[in-house]
Amino acid sequence: MPAYALKRTFVAFLILIVVSGLTFSLSHLSADPALTIGGEQASEEDIQAIRKLYGFDRPIHVQYLDWLGRALAGDFGESYHYKQRVFDMVSERIGRTMLLGTLAILFALAVSIPLGTLAAMRPNSIIDRIALFIAVLGQALPTFWFALMMIIVFGVWWRWLPISGHTQWANYVMPTIALGYYATPALMRLTRAGMIEVLASDYIRTARAKGLSPASVLFKHALRNAIIPVVALAAVWFGFMLGGSIVIETIFNLKGIGWLSYDALLRSDLPVVQAIVLVFASFYVVLTLLADLLNAWLDPRISVR
Amino acid sequence: MSFRKLAGAAASIVAASMIAAPASAGPDDDSLVIAWGSTGPIENVDNYFNTNRTGIWFSRMVWDQLIYREPKTFEYKPLLATSWELLNDTTWQFKLREGVTFHNGEPFDADDVVFTLNWISNPENGVKVQRNVNWIDRAEKVDQYTVNLHMKKPFPQAFEFLSGPLTIYPNEYYAEVGPEGMGQKPVGTGPMKVVSIKTAEEYVFEKNENYTWGSPKGEAQVSKMVVREIADVQTQIAELLAGGIDVTADISADHVDQIGQVPGYKALQAGTMRTGYIGFDAAGRGNFEPTTKLKVRQAMAHAIDRAALVKNLIRGDAGVIHTPCFPTQFGCDADAAVKYEFDPEKAKALLAEAGYPDGFEIGFYTFRPADWAEAIMGDLAKVGIRATLTKMPYFALRDKQRNEGTTPMFLMDWGSYSMNDMSAITSHFFKKGPDDFALDDEVAAWLEEGDTNSDPEARKAAYRKAVEKITREVYWLPMFNHVRNYAYREELNFIPYQDEIPRFWQYGWASS
Repeated sequence: MPAYALKRTFVAFLILIVVSGLTFSLSHLSADPALTIGGEQASEEDIQAIRKLYGFDRPIHVQYLDWLGRALAGDFGESYHYKQRVFDMVSERIGRTMLLGTLAILFALAVSIPLGTLAAMRPNSIIDRIALFIAVLGQALPTFWFALMMIIVFGVWWRWLPISGHTQWANYVMPTIALGYYATPALMRLTRAGMIEVLASDYIRTARAKGLSPASVLFKHALRNAIIPVVALAAVWFGFMLGGSIVIETIFNLKGIGWLSYDALLRSDLPVVQAIVLVFASFYVVLTLLADLLNAWLDPRISVR
Repeated sequence: MSFRKLAGAAASIVAASMIAAPASAGPDDDSLVIAWGSTGPIENVDNYFNTNRTGIWFSRMVWDQLIYREPKTFEYKPLLATSWELLNDTTWQFKLREGVTFHNGEPFDADDVVFTLNWISNPENGVKVQRNVNWIDRAEKVDQYTVNLHMKKPFPQAFEFLSGPLTIYPNEYYAEVGPEGMGQKPVGTGPMKVVSIKTAEEYVFEKNENYTWGSPKGEAQVSKMVVREIADVQTQIAELLAGGIDVTADISADHVDQIGQVPGYKALQAGTMRTGYIGFDAAGRGNFEPTTKLKVRQAMAHAIDRAALVKNLIRGDAGVIHTPCFPTQFGCDADAAVKYEFDPEKAKALLAEAGYPDGFEIGFYTFRPADWAEAIMGDLAKVGIRATLTKMPYFALRDKQRNEGTTPMFLMDWGSYSMNDMSAITSHFFKKGPDDFALDDEVAAWLEEGDTNSDPEARKAAYRKAVEKITREVYWLPMFNHVRNYAYREELNFIPYQDEIPRFWQYGWASS
């Protein structure tokens, strides 16, 4: 087991290096960063000066190794655009993204587990149909469209909720629902399928035969077993929530690192792009690594293979 | 498609079903809330370290220049300088205004002007747009309210800079805090004082109560102002309709119609000096033969119905332009330009003469909306020219043009940094720099003459020749001037300006 954990950690580290290398080369190829830094008004001399100042005149692999060396030492450099330390810019905003992602996944779980359980109790009933409808809707609606609709109804018509910003708790309500709803269908269906399977199993029949209350059977015996794969899937979705907040953060002007990455990409602010891609990649890698290790712990055969 | 169009549809649903009038927080507490930011936040509000247009808007609120350029007539009037005199070819003497103070209480005098001009013109200080400052040799103090400005060579456009990007900083404060401190807590003499800055998020201003010395910019009309950086235009519109903001200057032409129908709101399109053009690779930089032939370029000029494009797609105050510059700009003589009428038959005949009776295929590049380009391509198709559109982000396209030159035909535009002088546009593109696809020695020489001669008549004569030849050779097909679209609550006394600079401090509430 320790050998397996070490191996997986090493692979995870390699993935991060490859991701950062790919991002670096692709973003440097997509546009001349000196031109973007200079802006519309820059003259040819300005651009030459910028190219020299930032070292864009060096071969790309030299630039990458230079960046990697400093990144490994914890120095992500300075934003070309804002002239602030990338580390500060990201750490100032990452809390908002983490909060939004956490709220969104909690919202998704809070909706999908009860809905899935209800649906499983009466398969093919009207309740099951309604739950299915809600799930299909969540998958069919593009997130940004759903977000705009909520803005129109709750922000513009009824004026219950603030539309943009991040300074009060109410700012997080619509973004949480918009982002969390997207994860609901998958989690709900997994809950439903798991519950149907578990509810048909022998030990549930035994529990019922012993005369336990229906609630006790449902929550203590059935749900606890059916929910394990749901929690594993939720961990993966949590990664999506963090990475997928780019559109939501932009629409609601909630300035976390999702918005920051959008802004940085638009203006080829490469040090910021690099750092955020690395942060997002780390989320996935760590979550996947945890899932791997969890699986190995649950099923020792995996680490032998 | 998808995002923009769906979002547009969402906006029209809002517009169609809005009945409620907006809450009146603005007039009640004498505040104004503005949203901007669709082109990205201001990177550093220090005027010398940003290139965003919203940075210009910000700077006009907080700082003043030596000279005021009247925004409607483009006349130069006193601002921080009360009078001026040209001592010799390269020296201006300015008499400064007495009794002006900076927001921090520091009195304004010659030391501030000398410090600012010398600091920004020192290349080591790394002012972002060097062309704004690299013509300055040095400034020297004559007495407490007199300054001499020495230029490196005769520079006839100096006042465009002195009335535009060159804002005056407080010497003691700036020497102490530098660009970083100025970016966090800007101090100027302008009509609005900065209360707080949250980079890329929010700026809060209050009225400068000491701005009573008769500045032509006028005193602030509200006591408090908040600017919110909101990147998404749909979100700005939703905030406007929900009463969260009072004015936006970022929306598209489609939104103008929709918001204009909502009770309680107004939307308008105001013409700007941003000049759109189709450029041709006449010099053959990308080895594409047809555009190197004059008859082909003339044929394309006759094939495109610019008036229909302006009427149907650009709308507002936009109009067809025939000059490779904006007609109000110094030297931009509209009478000198060769004009091309919409005449598809003539276009076909010219193509046949050029050796392309069946037309040809051409790559067409732009970063602007695809429907503009498609209208142009439709016109070209009618005379047999089959264009393939490549839409690219602005900087990627500029990169391709400058470094590869493989763009035979392109729809672009240029805002001239709001400068009312032809050198800000035509000289940029036709003096054999990386953006020049004509590479015409004669034109480049005339423009150089116009840029550097201190005799206005000689400048005009030189520029006139350049305008004539650029249009006769169809190096560019000038298209139209762009509009900027504004939406605001109807109680707001909004005034649009042609130089794309809203003077937010001048906008007060009708009811208050």
